Amino acid sequence: MARIDLQSLGHSYTPNPKSDDDYALKPMTHVWEQGGAYALLGPSGCGKTTLLNIISGLLTPSEGRVLFDGKDVTALPTEARNIAQVFQFPVVYDTMTVYENLAFPLRNRGLRGAPLDARVREIAGLLDLTADLNRRGRNLTADAKQKISLGRGLVRPDVAAILFDEPLTVIDPHLKWELRSKLKALHRALDLTMIYVTHDQTEALTFADKVVVMHDGRVVQVGRPQELFERPAHVFVGHFIGSPGMNVLPAEVSGRAARVGGHVIALRRGFPALNGGAKIEIGVRPEFATLAPAGAGGVPVRVRRLDDLGRTRIARVELSGLPMAATVPEDLTLAGDEASLLLDPAMVHVYADGTLVEGEAA
Amino acid sequence: MDKPVNQGAWLLVLPVLLIVAFSAILPLMTVVNYSVQDTFGNNQFFWNGIGWYQELLDPSTDLGGRFFDALWRNLLFSLLILLIEVPLGIAVALSMPRHGWRVAATLVVLALPLLIPWNVVGTIWQIFAREDIGLLGWAVNRLGIPYNYTADPLSAWVTIVTMDVWHWTSLVALLCYAGLRSIPDAFYQAARIDGASRWAVFRNIQLPKMHRVLLIAVLLRFMDSFMIYTEPFVVTGGGPGNSTTFVSIDLVKLALGQFDLGKAAALSIVYNLIILAVCWVFYTVMTRMDAQRN
Amino acid sequence: MGLVLDKVSRHVGGHVHLENVSLSLERGSLNVLLGPTLSGKTSLMRLMAGLDVPSAGRVLVDGVDVTGRHVRERSVAMVYQQFINYPSLTVYENIASPLRVARRPKDEIDRKVREAARLLKLEPYLHRTPQQLSGGQQQRTAIARALVKEAQLVLLDEPLANLDYKLREELREELPKIFAATGAVFVYATTEPAEALLLRGNTATLWEGRLAQFGRTPDVYRRPANLTSARVFSDPPLNTMRVHKRGLQIVLATGEHGPARGVLAELPDDDYTIGFRADHLHLTRPHADALCLSGAVAVSEITGSESFVHIDLPRTDGGTDRWVAVTRGVLEVEPGERIECFIDPRRLFVFGHDGRLAAAPPLVMAA
Repeated sequence: MARIDLQSLGHSYTPNPKSDDDYALKPMTHVWEQGGAYALLGPSGCGKTTLLNIISGLLTPSEGRVLFDGKDVTALPTEARNIAQVFQFPVVYDTMTVYENLAFPLRNRGLRGAPLDARVREIAGLLDLTADLNRRGRNLTADAKQKISLGRGLVRPDVAAILFDEPLTVIDPHLKWELRSKLKALHRALDLTMIYVTHDQTEALTFADKVVVMHDGRVVQVGRPQELFERPAHVFVGHFIGSPGMNVLPAEVSGRAARVGGHVIALRRGFPALNGGAKIEIGVRPEFATLAPAGAGGVPVRVRRLDDLGRTRIARVELSGLPMAATVPEDLTLAGDEASLLLDPAMVHVYADGTLVEGEAA
Repeated sequence: MDKPVNQGAWLLVLPVLLIVAFSAILPLMTVVNYSVQDTFGNNQFFWNGIGWYQELLDPSTDLGGRFFDALWRNLLFSLLILLIEVPLGIAVALSMPRHGWRVAATLVVLALPLLIPWNVVGTIWQIFAREDIGLLGWAVNRLGIPYNYTADPLSAWVTIVTMDVWHWTSLVALLCYAGLRSIPDAFYQAARIDGASRWAVFRNIQLPKMHRVLLIAVLLRFMDSFMIYTEPFVVTGGGPGNSTTFVSIDLVKLALGQFDLGKAAALSIVYNLIILAVCWVFYTVMTRMDAQRN
Repeated sequence: MGLVLDKVSRHVGGHVHLENVSLSLERGSLNVLLGPTLSGKTSLMRLMAGLDVPSAGRVLVDGVDVTGRHVRERSVAMVYQQFINYPSLTVYENIASPLRVARRPKDEIDRKVREAARLLKLEPYLHRTPQQLSGGQQQRTAIARALVKEAQLVLLDEPLANLDYKLREELREELPKIFAATGAVFVYATTEPAEALLLRGNTATLWEGRLAQFGRTPDVYRRPANLTSARVFSDPPLNTMRVHKRGLQIVLATGEHGPARGVLAELPDDDYTIGFRADHLHLTRPHADALCLSGAVAVSEITGSESFVHIDLPRTDGGTDRWVAVTRGVLEVEPGERIECFIDPRRLFVFGHDGRLAAAPPLVMAA
């Protein structure tokens, strides 16, 4: 059991950080609730691995504190914290069998005999590894090896949190599904805090109850997948989550209308006087921008390309010369490159200097 | 992975074959020729058949006795230095830094003994260990331990073993270090999280990853020490008595000291065959072990 | 004309790496090799490049048999999953290296390097060394080098696999454009169905060293020739189930009965395997003819825009079939919860005993 508190936590690899740029992880305060499934999402170099290593104790932060259930563990080494970690590349002790691999952390903690055997078999059962218990680690496939890495964490009854560092990088797509659903099921069965670091939005969103999006050493949004999708707090979140990402267009906003290149786009909320020198943009996801035949209302666009993604079709269009992506409904057939774009007013957001502006409710 | 077959490749190998033929095969045939004859000088040779070989392999004869005594000394020497250099090399490799400028510094220091010519190593130790003017010999004697490698066989052995350890442990250490470097950091981190002791990390992560290079290190050090000549020749000259006379030293004594060309030739052929046989055994064992592990 | 593989096989030490693969790739075409790890993608590329020789079969370039010919005598460029560049050379010199080897005149080299750098957005970095670049820029450099070589055959072996998600998206969009102009045969290996769809061109589905299907990418996606090809080209995994058809009725492996409508209507009585992708497993009745099945939620995954629901369906023989449904929006369901799901009999692929496609929805319908 553990609730993990990060208090004014920051890390800099240079001794005396002066400006924000010197921080790999800019000072932040955050709480990881006991039993939560979290994802830490961001591009490479955004500081997510630094943060993970601080939580696991592989790295000591240059400022701030880490608390496990209220107890300060900032200075404690990894082995003294109740955490387990699964790495990008599976770590399996080659010379041991699967059974010995799973038993290893328990033996190291002095457990022997029947309790050890029972625990190892229980965890092997949970991970569908029972049939492989007597095989040597080195001869297994990447996904089985990754399950063993995970199993060595799960097997410890004292473990309160499991950290994952891009654990599915070396796994084939069709097995990723399997492993991910296994992880979900384990999370529900075992009541553990899980923190999953990845740059892959699908992995983050499908795994986590709460996603922490990081950019440039800073947390830009924390939220449920739906919130990140429907109300990105920052244009970066809009861009990074979703494929393709959110359309961001420079606009003039006043009242309940946004003006983009001579066209008026309706907004759900009202925005009085936004021009304080800030860069004003509107953001709308391709999923909420639907293509319709020309003349069907909405704003006129020019279709540049159609991408067939299998279960959806995405059109690359231009709105007054600005490139956008839009969804093509299943039954729509386009004649020529003229079309009309229908935007869901509730899903058109306004950003000032990249940050979401709330507006006034209807 | 097999490549497209191109018969023209043989042409490229030809120069090497020719050089090997002149430098190795021809002299070897000459030696074989000597080994079945006897000579009393004046370039007169008499056919002796396998006489020298019979004498050499019979421990009751003078020649055979000498040969077997020297052979046992060789084996003892190789065994001793392996027992010291391998664990010591591993220990050094394990304690070497893994990051930063100290890596380069350590590598240079370790490489130094390997760069010194063998006879120079011998000369250094010959002086260093002298009881009158050598720092080591003088100091040890001052401590009350009788030490004189020119008079006492034990002192002589201690000297040449220490010298070999000083000279070659670096090689073992460097090889092991290369093996250790191939272990990703994640393994050490995972082991820490698993609560593994220092010994468990060594036993389950480091040793398995060093396994291949260790076999190579053992093979290299065994072959090399089994053929040792220069250093003991310089330091002890095979003495006191015959206590440090190895097969190679005996060979030179026979050929150049006593000018018994036939005996010396037979000895060198047998010596060669033993080395080849040991090589083959090592190679087979190594490949077997590798196959088993996979 | 182009590259032809004529019944090539490759066996190494008793293992089958490739078995009887025939492919014909046109000049100027982009061809995706799609399959999981160890399905033979890399083996096939090595044969195409001339790095390996097939155990059986022939490799023809423009009708000329080049089977035993060495890679250096062929016009091949290759980009790997790992970013491979000369570490001590600048980006400029890296890109220029194949041209320098070919001893091209200086002004030509300069022109081509700058052209490739422009296409791959490397112009600001020409004087840096690869270590000073991000992963995406390093891989762009490797691609630019392959491009200036003007090889007749360009092989890309999972070139985006080691890149961040978003970077991948960007490069994936640019690559087909860059390739289209050069007139070479492009071959692109990937494990991801979505990547094949985005790249378009042609797709070859591979499984355990065998070619499952080859054709235009949308055709392979919408008309899988066999069950293997459909499985390889589905992510999330293809939903399948055994069905028995008797007269106007079908019996599913879960015991449900239903009228044989849609694509099943015309088939002779027999046992079949039905297959369909996650977007055609519905959680609300899509259509009056839809078959309704009941199962238990195994796990659900919500991406914010879509929800993936994994459903366990108990078969009458005691086993379980695991299906995946995808729906738009957020759908909260608890594991273990009973759930009804619907399959539209007009949208099924039906496979016979031999795994071959027996019936499929008409293409207009599927599009």
